Amino acid sequence: MMNKAFAVTLDPATSLENHTGSWRTLRPENVFKLPPCNKQCPAGENIQQWLYYAAEGNYEMAWRFLTENNPFPACMGRVCYHTCEGKCNRGFLDEAVGINSVERFLGDYAIEHKLSFKRPAKDTGKKVLIIGAGPGGLSAAYHLRRFGHSVHVLEAGAEPGGMMRYGIPVYRLPRNILDAEIARITDMGVTIECNHKVEDIEAEKKKGGYDAVIITTGAGISSNVDIPEGDTNHILNALNVLGEIETKGNIEIARRVAVYGGGNTAVDVARSLRRLGAEPIIVYRRNRDKMPANEEEMDAAIAEGIQVKWLSTITGATKESLKIEKMKLDESGYPQPTGEYEELPADAVVLAIGQNVDKSILDKLQGLKVERDAIVIDPETNETSVPGVFAAGDVASAKDRTVTLAIGMGKNTARSIHAYLRGVKYKKQPKNEDARFEDMHPWYYTDAPKTVRPELELARRTNTFDEVQYGLTEENAIYEARRCLSCGNCMECDNCYGVCPDNAIRKLGAGKGYEFNYDYCKGCGVCAQECPCGHIHMVPEKI
Amino acid sequence: MSTEQIEGSLGVAKAVSLCKPGVVCAYPISPQTHIVENLGKFVKSGALKHCEYLNVESEFAAMSVAIGSSAGGVRTYTATASQGLLFMAEAVYSASGLGLPIVMTVASRAIGGPINIWNDHSDSLSQRDSGWLQLFCESNQDAVDTHIMAFKIAEKVGLPVMVCMDGFVLTHAFERLNLPSQEQVDAFLPKYEPREFLTPKEPISIGSMVGPEAFTEVRLLQQRKMLSSLQVIEDVTKEYREITGQHSGGLLDCYNCENADLKLIILGSSVGTAKDEIDRLKAQGINVGLISLKAYRPFPYAALKAAVGNSSQVVCVERAFSFGARGIICPEVKRALEGTSTKVCTALAGLGGRAIYGSTINGIVKHALDGKFKDEFTWFDIDTKVLNSYTRNALGITFPEGPIAESELEATLLRA
Amino acid sequence: MLDKINFYQTGSNTVGNRLINPSMRTEQASVDRPNSLTCGHRACQGCGEALGARYAIDAAMKATSGQIMVVNATGCLEVFSTPYPESAWRLPWIHSLFGNTAAVGSGLAAAAKVRAELNGDSVTPRIIAQGGDGGTTDIGMGCLSGMFDRNDDVLYICYDNEAYMNTGVQRSSATPPAARTATTMPVGEEPGSDWGKGKDVPLIAMAHGIPYVATATIADLRDLETKVAKAMSFHGARYISILVPCPLGWGLKSSALTVTAARLAMETGFYPVYEAEYGQITSVRKIRQKQPVINYLQIQRRYAHLTGKKADPNVLARLQAMCDANIEHFGLLGDEAPQLNPAAIQAYERSKKV
Repeated sequence: MMNKAFAVTLDPATSLENHTGSWRTLRPENVFKLPPCNKQCPAGENIQQWLYYAAEGNYEMAWRFLTENNPFPACMGRVCYHTCEGKCNRGFLDEAVGINSVERFLGDYAIEHKLSFKRPAKDTGKKVLIIGAGPGGLSAAYHLRRFGHSVHVLEAGAEPGGMMRYGIPVYRLPRNILDAEIARITDMGVTIECNHKVEDIEAEKKKGGYDAVIITTGAGISSNVDIPEGDTNHILNALNVLGEIETKGNIEIARRVAVYGGGNTAVDVARSLRRLGAEPIIVYRRNRDKMPANEEEMDAAIAEGIQVKWLSTITGATKESLKIEKMKLDESGYPQPTGEYEELPADAVVLAIGQNVDKSILDKLQGLKVERDAIVIDPETNETSVPGVFAAGDVASAKDRTVTLAIGMGKNTARSIHAYLRGVKYKKQPKNEDARFEDMHPWYYTDAPKTVRPELELARRTNTFDEVQYGLTEENAIYEARRCLSCGNCMECDNCYGVCPDNAIRKLGAGKGYEFNYDYCKGCGVCAQECPCGHIHMVPEKI
Repeated sequence: MSTEQIEGSLGVAKAVSLCKPGVVCAYPISPQTHIVENLGKFVKSGALKHCEYLNVESEFAAMSVAIGSSAGGVRTYTATASQGLLFMAEAVYSASGLGLPIVMTVASRAIGGPINIWNDHSDSLSQRDSGWLQLFCESNQDAVDTHIMAFKIAEKVGLPVMVCMDGFVLTHAFERLNLPSQEQVDAFLPKYEPREFLTPKEPISIGSMVGPEAFTEVRLLQQRKMLSSLQVIEDVTKEYREITGQHSGGLLDCYNCENADLKLIILGSSVGTAKDEIDRLKAQGINVGLISLKAYRPFPYAALKAAVGNSSQVVCVERAFSFGARGIICPEVKRALEGTSTKVCTALAGLGGRAIYGSTINGIVKHALDGKFKDEFTWFDIDTKVLNSYTRNALGITFPEGPIAESELEATLLRA
Repeated sequence: MLDKINFYQTGSNTVGNRLINPSMRTEQASVDRPNSLTCGHRACQGCGEALGARYAIDAAMKATSGQIMVVNATGCLEVFSTPYPESAWRLPWIHSLFGNTAAVGSGLAAAAKVRAELNGDSVTPRIIAQGGDGGTTDIGMGCLSGMFDRNDDVLYICYDNEAYMNTGVQRSSATPPAARTATTMPVGEEPGSDWGKGKDVPLIAMAHGIPYVATATIADLRDLETKVAKAMSFHGARYISILVPCPLGWGLKSSALTVTAARLAMETGFYPVYEAEYGQITSVRKIRQKQPVINYLQIQRRYAHLTGKKADPNVLARLQAMCDANIEHFGLLGDEAPQLNPAAIQAYERSKKV
């Protein structure tokens, strides 16, 4: 034993007696922020969370977290317009994370590895009827079944899938993928009855003894415009064309086909017809900037040789040509007629200017409020004006009609019904504050260009319905997942733990995060400053 | 035990070597050089094993290396003198404050400016308050023995020891020296067991910052250690003398003190000269006692009082003084004799290598016996010719032949 | 598969990163890091020196399996870590004086060697001597050079915060030009610290031909840890200078900016980060995202006179030129190689009659 000198010699680590936390005027706290991708996702996916696991190579965990919100990752990885990527903070750094392709990788991984959803632990005994087996209906069915409710889906068509089957071309979504993801839902115990068109909602409900009903009948009627038709010109509608391609495989319309409209359906039709050997030309009344169609899809269409006639309206049609009026945009971006006309040679016109809801069955339900081509629903609960009747998907959304939104609405409706069945009014979870790029520390992230998905050769793509985009390899998927900045939420980089000059942060071990040790934290703020993802806030200490 | 006719520095080097230091660090300064040169040779030749010899870049580094090695738990030795001691002064204080039992030889030499390499005591005495034990040697035999004892004293007390031996007069003098055998030294000085030292096995923090809340207490305990060293010096001396038969060390040593009414107090090598003169005086029927003061720090107040006894007069022959004040030894002696009627004064002599001869001692004794020490402080061995050669023209004054009392020096200010 | 993909979100720029192999993470990321300098020390909020010391000593502890003993110069680090009655150190530690740290280290190294010999120990504890820039480049320079000269087995770490902070921010020979300190106030014709003064101690250390010399900052932990570990793989005298911003002395706009300031010092070229073996530069830490010097200056009040309305643009240009010269001399950008004999930046300034 040492004979230690008084005061001059000290025992080790005795400073632990000195609780420097009392110096603090600012206090570090973890703040959980809403990443822009999650915020943007119409399906309400917790994208960042599943990327977190994908980055680790834990694909099953990633897929499980993904399917907490969306049961169709393989489908969505193909057809979702991934607006999340447009909001991705990584875009400020180099390029957005290829979220969509990682989602597809996970979806394909799950199919390949035959991952299934867990059946509910016990049944609640409640019964829910869903009318329409489109994405909204199936999403709702999936979530309701997870809660343990008994779910029956009635579908007017021959097969389930709705727009995913009858509106989206095969080259974008191979049907075996769709079938596999639907099968996984029915494997949970959801029953789907096809070729069953509901005529009287109230009667169906009563007959089956359902506790609640969701209307997810979609918007399956193409909008019409009045084009003065000469003799024999074909005027067709987009959904019919896409539906026929789906059911018959090949149809013959004409060689020169004008596709009228600027939305995604117009592009789908044009690209499908191109694969059937036609020479489609898109006619749109505004310009590219104002075009609602997805940019990538439009790029692909142009690359495939599809022509576009901008700033044009069709004012008349003859057997071999169309009468086009040139338009110009006014100050607010609306097209105005110029009085200038030209001829456009065309053998047929496909109208792709919008879709409408089939109101015939809705009108029969007493008290159901319908406005502007959509059922009116409570935005919080998705309940219609008829108690116990809910609605989701295109039928309840006049403005934004995408598969992704339908899936999100289906989920929200399921949650709402789950509350309703317990006699509680559903309230959406409050959102966390936004994770802004300005609050992050980009220096820490390494540069990595987005992995470019290998694409089929252009020539091959234009004349077959083979899938246009290959999925990511595992290597690329991990790479892409690791590009996630983890905006506003901890990714366990250990920076806070490392940079604290006072050792006042405890590391709790893998997956457990960190803990501030307020006994010693002096509130300097270095942890918050150096947190790459902006997960730490300094808040004034109450003194 | 072996007897050799060797230089004092070599004797000291051999003595230090017998103590098996683990680290010796050295920066050359006259007149200390021969000691560390010899030690360097011993280490390099392998005669002194398990010893690191560091050629450092300054005395400040020498003492600092010593602090490091002593805190690292090994027996440590260094040597210096004069300017070197001052250059290391900050570290000298640090060593004692940290309670490190370093042994250091000060081969005493005057301090410049003007630069002067010869012997007096102004260097060692300047470190009076450094917290080191300061032991003076009257001969090279005393130096050999005191160095060996110094390690034991330092390690027992837990403070560093300065062994002060007069530069050149001792360091460079060839004498017959009795050196104890390695077995004798090993029996006397056990393997070094540090009180506290740095080791990863038991981490401690040495050298904290101590504020007003405990600084006084730290100092009190340091003083207590210093006080305890009086007994340790006596015990160690007794033990050493028993083992070796040498009559060295101690707090002080008396010569011809029985029945002497006048006693001289002297530090260092002048003791030998004084003894010879005292013998001559005795033959003439003049009885003068001599107290060789060995321990200046700690100051042996009680032992000194006993040694002085009931003498009516004590003269401190001092080889350094305090500017603007008087002697350095004298006030301590006065403190020791407080309450007695003994008259105490200083005879300043032997500055900057000016030799103290038998005649110098004789003059001091006569001056005392004639009752001529009218002031406490008298400049004794002034060369009047040299002094007047300057003052006559430059200051318009001259000094009379002989010693100059403090009051006479003051009086010249009025005359000028 | 996971190991094959050499992209890890934050790469090695953060302290840890759960995606990389544990063996590739820093010591600071470890749950059971030594915390050689532990909680309860009295450093100011956001102290760069406290951080740098823990980084460095922990790394050395790891490299030697805990066989480290530390000698500390007088200064902030000493004062805030060991005021009676509490020590924040977990390892053997000693403080003696301001200017003698390297020499005490030499003595301690000698003692460790002798004790190991005498006790027949197979392991000899290793010594780190450490101090601030004042204690190193000024008052401790003699002892430091002596330790280098003898090639004593001591790693000397200078925690460089570019002034005497403990005494109230006075200029040291490590203070950069134009910086305000208490003894170089921003007044007169050339406000702040004089141009063409100062010492480049890493280059001086290299001139001693010692086995290893490096510069580092607290903004690149992995670089710092690698250098400490490498230093411990050598025997003999070694020197590492670590830039440790002082929130108080530099007048950082917030105590949170300590690491950021160090990063900007690197990314502007203000503080070249490199390593050298036996007197020759062996590697240079390249600038990742080059920044203009103004970005570094404007977060520090010691340069407020250079960034305010009354600022002299010429001075700013001179500082930028200083950074550019560093970048050129040390090859801090892209594939540039360092010069064989890079000159101290002071030499560059002295040679320019501006």
